[in-house]
Amino acid sequence: MFAALRPNILSRAAAVQTRPIMSRLYTTGSGNSSLLVVEHRNGAVDGATLNALTAAQKLGGDITALVAGGAPENVAKEIAKYGGITKVLVAKDDAYAHSLPETLAPLLVEAQKKLGFSHVFAGHTAFGKNVLPRVAALLDVAAISDITGIESEDTFVRPIYAGNAIATVKSSDKVKIITVRGTAFPAATTIQNSPSEEAAPDAEKTALSEWVGEELIKSDRPDLNSAKRVISGGRGMKNGENFQMLYDLADKMDAAVGASRAAVDAGYVDNSLQIGQTGKIVAPELYIAVGISGAIQHLAGMKDSKTIVAINKDAEAPIFQVADYGLVEDLFKAVPEMTQKL
Amino acid sequence: MSKALRIVVPVKRVIDYAVKVRVNPSKTDVDRNVKHSMNPFDEIAVEEAVRIKERLPSTEIIAVSCGSAKSQETLRTALAMGADTAIHVEVADDSKLQPLAVAKLLKAIAEEQKPDVIILGKQAIDDDSNQTGQMLAGLLNWPQATFASKVEISDTLAKVTREVDGGLETISSKLPVIITTDLRLNEPRYASLPNIMKAKKKKLTKSSPEQLKVDIAPRLETLKVEEPPKRQGGKKVESVDDLIDKLKNEAKVL
Repeated sequence: MFAALRPNILSRAAAVQTRPIMSRLYTTGSGNSSLLVVEHRNGAVDGATLNALTAAQKLGGDITALVAGGAPENVAKEIAKYGGITKVLVAKDDAYAHSLPETLAPLLVEAQKKLGFSHVFAGHTAFGKNVLPRVAALLDVAAISDITGIESEDTFVRPIYAGNAIATVKSSDKVKIITVRGTAFPAATTIQNSPSEEAAPDAEKTALSEWVGEELIKSDRPDLNSAKRVISGGRGMKNGENFQMLYDLADKMDAAVGASRAAVDAGYVDNSLQIGQTGKIVAPELYIAVGISGAIQHLAGMKDSKTIVAINKDAEAPIFQVADYGLVEDLFKAVPEMTQKL
Repeated sequence: MSKALRIVVPVKRVIDYAVKVRVNPSKTDVDRNVKHSMNPFDEIAVEEAVRIKERLPSTEIIAVSCGSAKSQETLRTALAMGADTAIHVEVADDSKLQPLAVAKLLKAIAEEQKPDVIILGKQAIDDDSNQTGQMLAGLLNWPQATFASKVEISDTLAKVTREVDGGLETISSKLPVIITTDLRLNEPRYASLPNIMKAKKKKLTKSSPEQLKVDIAPRLETLKVEEPPKRQGGKKVESVDDLIDKLKNEAKVL
């Protein structure tokens, strides 16, 4: 997907260089003013926040980062170092500790109303998906989910039908509420930056719901969303114990491990490893699909990977149609052999 | 449970998940002359409501669908799975119906029906927006429990386990509440033939955006719809050695 959009962005970038009038529209004086909602965990910026920041930078104009939480200080300091941030709004209150949308949404609405942002950006992660549509409804505007490209300040590109079609949509709303597909934009980088920091506006903190607890999956391997290499197993793995083969190979390659829905549903691995339309969307440099047939819903989550490898004993499996390199062989033979030879 | 629980379940008619969609020649939309069925996440929502009713038989389940006349087929499916009554909000062109408009229609229905719980799918597999439940919760100022993989409803409380990026999270809130379903919540049942026959006799009420006083004008205009870029796949390698060599020397990813 990104590959298709890139020519568009590049041609626009070229247009900016050769036609100064375009640069006025896209980089300065556009009147754009964006609010970046910062997702964070354990005192560090998380999710697709830095990718969403890159998307906001493409629009031009001022970018204000909002950090809300029980102890937001470190995150506020961290995000201030990234390019394009002109101001950091800090909302410190225990009511924001677990990012409950019922308290976060009124805060974002208050910030938008007081400061008049034209765009609100967040990553299209469990956090962004949960909060931003609620904000949009409170502002009576559409939300634009999972964008993979920006054509102009009101026109955005997003995949529909599990990535089998790409829609270009134009918003008629005054405020654009946008979640960004992390893999479609590179992460922003740090620069010499000294944005101002101020307290976020006060908003009502009605406790409509209560956070009870969480069970997070601990892993020493790279995070699926940002890993450069991903190895995924499907139904062909036969059971959870056999995933150890993939972990061994992943460790050799410094790769993250993912799974198809079939493998998750069969209980081989945890839900949070699912890649696909309804799981995570990844676009690593190398994606190795092991024992995965390649259903539409799975392809939706990985077909923007740079190089795709399929290892499957069924030569007719649809995964081979998208794989750059396909190896028709029993995975129980091929995977250990590969681990041993690397 | 001291009082009868009322559950509203919104369902959407979408192109069947197994259909490979194609962009139409004028690049304005996808070809819609293909098999349609109930959005898979909505089947899970109906199933969850029916399971609650099996535990608490005084529960009433109201299925709602906003869309063209054909949405009634989807409502009949929900009735055959165990919903008690259905409401069809008819709109001429459901391809122009967007999440904000649906959320407003559902808000008007909720104000009429006064449910304790509204269970929606987390996303429709056509527009992939993942917005309607959250928008509805915002409009009603109700708590929201999205991406649910486990739902426990007690007298006045809902305890919901959610699928989040790093694992699972549990939240609890008072009723009324909005819940959106993730794949892992349950395994939807197939409607049996007797139940399909019985569903034909269940009450289906018609409504309209005008009756509900909701402006459904789209806020987003689709300028174009295109095919995604095709990948040049299909190259086979002979052995693991060959594969490692190609990855190192040709693709340069190892």
